[in-house]
Amino acid sequence: MAEMTMIQAITEAMRTELKNDENVLVFGEDVGVNGGVFRATEDLQKEFGVDRVFDTPLAESGLVSLGFGLTLEGYRPVVEIQFFGFLFEAMDGIAGQIARGRFRSGASKQMPLVVRAPFGGGVHTPELHADSLEGLMAQTPGLKVVIPSNPVDAKGLLIEAIRSNDPVIFLEHMKLYRSFREDVPDEDYTVEIGKAKVKREGTDVTLIAYGAMVQESLKAAEALEEEGISAEVIDLRTVSPVDYETLVKSVEKTNRAVMIQEAQRQAGVAGQVISELSERVILSLEAPIMRVTAPDTVYPFTQAESVWLPNKDDIIERAKEVMNF
Amino acid sequence: MTPNNFDPVETLNTIEEKFEMFQILDEEGKIVNESEMPELSDDQLVELMKRMVWTRVLDARSISLNRQGRLGFYAPTAGQEASQLGSQYALEKDDYILPGYRDVPQLIWHGLPLTQAFLFSRGHFKGNQYDEINALPPQIIIGAQYVQTAGVALGLKKRGKDSVVITYTGDGGSSQGDFYEGINFAGAFDAPAIFVIQNNNYAISTPRELQSKAKTLGQKGIAAGIPSVVVDGMDPLAVYKVVRDARDRAVAGEGPTLIEMLTYRYGPHTMAGDDPTRYRTSDEDSEWEKKDPLVRFRTYLEGKKLWTKEQEDEVIEQAKEDIKKAIKEADGTEKQSVTQLMEIMYADMPSNLKEQYEVYKEKESK
Repeated sequence: MAEMTMIQAITEAMRTELKNDENVLVFGEDVGVNGGVFRATEDLQKEFGVDRVFDTPLAESGLVSLGFGLTLEGYRPVVEIQFFGFLFEAMDGIAGQIARGRFRSGASKQMPLVVRAPFGGGVHTPELHADSLEGLMAQTPGLKVVIPSNPVDAKGLLIEAIRSNDPVIFLEHMKLYRSFREDVPDEDYTVEIGKAKVKREGTDVTLIAYGAMVQESLKAAEALEEEGISAEVIDLRTVSPVDYETLVKSVEKTNRAVMIQEAQRQAGVAGQVISELSERVILSLEAPIMRVTAPDTVYPFTQAESVWLPNKDDIIERAKEVMNF
Repeated sequence: MTPNNFDPVETLNTIEEKFEMFQILDEEGKIVNESEMPELSDDQLVELMKRMVWTRVLDARSISLNRQGRLGFYAPTAGQEASQLGSQYALEKDDYILPGYRDVPQLIWHGLPLTQAFLFSRGHFKGNQYDEINALPPQIIIGAQYVQTAGVALGLKKRGKDSVVITYTGDGGSSQGDFYEGINFAGAFDAPAIFVIQNNNYAISTPRELQSKAKTLGQKGIAAGIPSVVVDGMDPLAVYKVVRDARDRAVAGEGPTLIEMLTYRYGPHTMAGDDPTRYRTSDEDSEWEKKDPLVRFRTYLEGKKLWTKEQEDEVIEQAKEDIKKAIKEADGTEKQSVTQLMEIMYADMPSNLKEQYEVYKEKESK
């Protein structure tokens, strides 16, 4: 066990897999000597050499497609997009190519590739750094989309993602990189992709969240407890596929749910999750499943983040609305 | 040159002058560049001619089968036999091909069964199951094959293999961002890749001049700092020669090459309703028909007493038989089911698909 931040746990996962499998390659813009703009790949090039961990030209389409090509020779690329807002440059490479790679070859090719990228608000980044674009990925058949909210999950999920023979989009919330530490096991454990986790047990309302909204939901749950409302908090961990089994079990117990995301209301995965969930639990519901989301504008100018981003107060308010429906 | 008399126009002109068209066999079937003759035996020359004739028949038959509704998506190839087959002929079995949507002939001669090529045209996943050959199915997103090629080439380099990757796009494709990123990545990594532009003068109806002010498309390799050449794409010997040279350089660790092949397609862009008479003149067509790669190569081989009408007729008959047999096999291929499509999505099927799989399995069992 060692106390780690989420970013240290992510580095540790890559180190573990670089050690375990010589086909694992880590590359992207400034991930080599520099160790990444957030130090996610710190020292990895020193330890494993420039053949395994290397920098690329500054071109997102080129670098994710480099990963596509490398899979044909049996490599397992872990590709970094510096900020997920730059996804649009790589959209064909990911959604038009990597996601379809296995299907269009009639399963004669595999796409064991991970795209890692930071995203998320609250740290005053410039334009198109913090946007939550996981919804675009979750709408793309062929991908699995993972968003950890803590160091322990981050390490286990990333190791699992690297070992997966399917392409995985692994999104790392910038605000969570160094916001807290926790004990992370030394061994190379995995966390199953597609499985949610109950972070806090409760009986009155289910709060479903992912990414930075998990911490906000836990804070909200504490505040609600003081008002006599027992909230169950579920961390989706994987936003595609979603673990409806865990969600259904919870909502059948609480009969009420709020879906929380940092993305705009028309984006993210909340709409899809609620729709699927409603089909499964309609007879258990005492109130409609409601949403906490950002407003449907472009991601805000830096100084407006605090009034724009959803937070624990929004969650508390919505949970009460559901309770008093 | 001092900074004071730096002349950007002069620089451009100097570069463009370097991109004269490379040719070995002229329109009359005469060798005009003896010193550059590739090392090909008489048998190899005959084999290349056979492949070109066979593929010309395949094109004619494919157009006709498409009109009968027995094929689906089809992009005509007549006119491009030298650029497509001369280049593939310069490869080794272990080399990779990342084709564009018009580059099915190269796949066939690299070992893709004709039946599968027909299944690709019709839209059947079995057409794209390449177990025997190093290649990907024809790429529909113009430019994507270029960036992917850089990755495959880097993979070969890392594995220490003596193989290369060849990829193809058209003149229009050279305007894409992925075109540039592909050649630039391969250059930066010194990866063993051969990038081909088959310039057939038109991207659907848009003439080559509208794609770029650059006098040649070959010179775009300069931007990536890689060797580049413009070749007569109607000349099988010149095409073979430049691709073989590029291959030699690539396996020697000297990095990628960009090759512009000046060629022409006699047919429409695709069989999906394109009408070339809207944008092409018959004068232009007949001008290019004089440059036909089959005509000049036939004349050349006949002059060497290596080719006769009987041989050609034999190839034509063989092609027709091969095509008939392959279409029949394609007809006999099992229809696709939704559960099959689900099975080829993921190595590890996610929960949403598992649920849907049960639903469709039930439907299909009825």
